[in-house]
Amino acid sequence: MTSTRRAFLGLGVAAAASALGPRPVRAQSASARVVVVGGGFAGASCARALHQLEPRLTVTMVEPNPTFTACPFSNSVIGGLRELSAQQFTYERVAADGITIARTTATAVDPQAKSVTLADGAKLSYDRLVLAPGIDIRWGALPGYDEAAAAVMPHAWRAGEQTLLLRRQLEAMDDGGLVVISAPANPFRCPPGPYERASLIANFLKTKKPKSKLLVLDAKDAFSKQRLFQAAWAELYPGLLEWVSLSKGGNVTSVDPGTRTLVTDFGKHQAKVANVIPPQKAGRIAEVAGVADRSGWCPIDPVTFESKLQAGIHVIGDAAIAGAMPKSAFAANSQAKVCAAAVATLLAGRTPSVPKLINTCYSLVAPDYGISVAGVYQPTNGQLADVPGSGGVSPQGAPRETRKAEAVLAEAWFRTITTEAFG
Amino acid sequence: MRKVVAAAIGCASIAAAAVVSAEPPAGAASCSGCHPSSSRVSSPVAHLAGRDRAEIVKAMQDFRSGARAGTVMDRIAKGFTDAEIQAIAAWYAEQK
Repeated sequence: MTSTRRAFLGLGVAAAASALGPRPVRAQSASARVVVVGGGFAGASCARALHQLEPRLTVTMVEPNPTFTACPFSNSVIGGLRELSAQQFTYERVAADGITIARTTATAVDPQAKSVTLADGAKLSYDRLVLAPGIDIRWGALPGYDEAAAAVMPHAWRAGEQTLLLRRQLEAMDDGGLVVISAPANPFRCPPGPYERASLIANFLKTKKPKSKLLVLDAKDAFSKQRLFQAAWAELYPGLLEWVSLSKGGNVTSVDPGTRTLVTDFGKHQAKVANVIPPQKAGRIAEVAGVADRSGWCPIDPVTFESKLQAGIHVIGDAAIAGAMPKSAFAANSQAKVCAAAVATLLAGRTPSVPKLINTCYSLVAPDYGISVAGVYQPTNGQLADVPGSGGVSPQGAPRETRKAEAVLAEAWFRTITTEAFG
Repeated sequence: MRKVVAAAIGCASIAAAAVVSAEPPAGAASCSGCHPSSSRVSSPVAHLAGRDRAEIVKAMQDFRSGARAGTVMDRIAKGFTDAEIQAIAAWYAEQK
């Protein structure tokens, strides 16, 4: 028997004793149990916000990794501008807040019994469950792209070893090589991410291997901050970076890791370095818990982030279908805090108020050239929709001082949000 | 039985009161994505906790009208009504 299981048996005895008293109140009281699965921007922010809003809640965060590796700014690691260690955060301060961290994987959820099963078989009971599992790669959705292929043609779409692998491949490539990025159809984590990555790889090539070429093969005809990216590419990386849209033959239909070849409807591209950003879905536990629909993502109520498929389970961050909100770290953190307030309010037996949420995403086109998109969202007809008249991207044709200022703000944003979630 | 119910109602209302005072108004929870809530963070973006209420209101209204140039705040302020801005400013003014 594990110590975790012993601890739960102990709790069980306490619960049985309290059953003699006013037991129905327990679930409605401030000492209710909330389990958060996932320790990324969404999960860690939510666990902390829950504890801050209602310190008497028992909050347990389930996360197998001792260290979190952040995706925002990981493109700077790939481009040789930053070390991976700057992306990594421990959960020491989250634990110090009074949040119990179960350093293991959640393997099953029983929505009727309201319990989460952990990898060692132990069960965690909850009054409300928050799932923040991020993304999983849809292995096999792109023919030829499986886990073995990712060791040759990295996706680098979950930061860590994959990020370093792509960087090493770029560093090892001879000058004059062809680098290919394959960008997926919507929806996927970090809509401007492939284009920031293309920019920072182009910046690396321009500086270190100027005879090389970068091709972006896209399964879409349009992308986030497109006009800003394309204007910057024309200015900074002419002749080096080429974007191929869906209608121009950009859709990659299969890959061959043996020859690092990407096949499109229009032809084949043999790369020296290939970065395949594959189709994605909500992290595995979402499917196991029955909160993912046929799209692979999780429909939620836009006021509480409670699943539309399973009562008592909330889904936040990249895994959620959040209407107009993109799958970004800012959105995840924003949703986490709104969800935490809704969970605390529901546990107190009251009705959550209608929220408004914000997103801001910065992208670097070069180390000192930042652009942004911002949005404000509110529940509208059961979905999170843009507040009319709000939001938008950085101005087209702005002076370089504006772009420099946004690059500085991007770094400040990273320090702020990672401190709120982990620091 | 009556005693138990009374105790239960007492518990629930204490819990409710604690949550009501802490819960931020619509939109306010998102601000700390960029505006540091921790004094340990070095950032050119203003700390909002404990700031003068009227100052926050004026900043938001000026960003919204275009009287003050912003990088992202001009785009974000357009998503909030006067009443929402007042509520957010009042809430941050009371934070420590």
